[in-house]
Amino acid sequence: MTLATTTSARPTRVLAVASAGGHWQQLMSLRGAMRDCDLMFATTLSGLPEEHGASPAVIIPDCNRADFWRMPWCALVLAYWLVRFRPHVLISTGALPGVMALFLGKLMRAKTVWIDSVANAEEMSMSGRMVRHTADLWLSQWPHVAKASGARYAGAIL
Amino acid sequence: MIFVTVGTQLPFPRLIEAVDRYAAEFGEPVVAQVGQDHEPRQHIETHDMIPPQRFDELFRSARVIVAHAGIGTILSAKKYLRPLVVMPRRHDLGEHRNDHQLATVRHLGNVTGIHVAQDCADLFALLSQPCLTPPSDTLGQSHIALLDTLSDFLRTAGPAAAASLGPPAEVAPNPNEE
Repeated sequence: MTLATTTSARPTRVLAVASAGGHWQQLMSLRGAMRDCDLMFATTLSGLPEEHGASPAVIIPDCNRADFWRMPWCALVLAYWLVRFRPHVLISTGALPGVMALFLGKLMRAKTVWIDSVANAEEMSMSGRMVRHTADLWLSQWPHVAKASGARYAGAIL
Repeated sequence: MIFVTVGTQLPFPRLIEAVDRYAAEFGEPVVAQVGQDHEPRQHIETHDMIPPQRFDELFRSARVIVAHAGIGTILSAKKYLRPLVVMPRRHDLGEHRNDHQLATVRHLGNVTGIHVAQDCADLFALLSQPCLTPPSDTLGQSHIALLDTLSDFLRTAGPAAAASLGPPAEVAPNPNEE
């Protein structure tokens, strides 16, 4: 049944983006699902991918609402890797760099997946709400948050 | 040894004071990453920030981890299978910008190995137990379900699915695609 490995020499190219910290750790907990893919990681802290044996990986500039002026720089670096890697799917667990990755990926007609952080137990994160209409698969890790926001609940990493 | 971490940003004096009192009373060694908290403590070893490698060593060798209800710490506890006691930061005490940690712990009740302490009394009661349950080393049902959904999506979104016979059934049509 695993089409990607048995019937095609062309695995799904996936760019998985997460900022350093909890978002990155959650992305690491989802690696099992991407085993058959041609996978590349992007995060915001150098040394972090090596610590988790995540390779290949690229470092992108961090940005958040407080230092929004860094967004263009972050977007530029993301765009560079998108053009070089040409992913079929963008996956992010957060935060703002992940939002930008999904926006840019969508422009390039890639499929996009948002898995909202399990830390958002009360409501969908601001970043998550931003990609509501961009994400092809828009997930919350809490059933009640999914219900309230209109996202899908498919489980949680806890 | 007890390892305490409240992250590296916001201080959490209520928790650090409680652990300091525990160390004074029971004499157990405690190492704590206290973040931006410059109060001197009598009975515990405190650090503003512990480098990642040392952090991992402490995490692995501790009898129990005590922390704020940060998701990073919860995931580390699961990774290293260390019992974890979490105390949620409270907005009304100025411990965080909002009450999301209270919300997190409300839903952590059934996760094996994560123990919630709302206050100092809870914390003492939990730390006094000789062997707190550690997290389970198998993936939970809900984690497996999430991985399955994700891998199904990835299979149908790639070139392999596009090349195979039949439509990619799992991919929901995207209403925004022109």
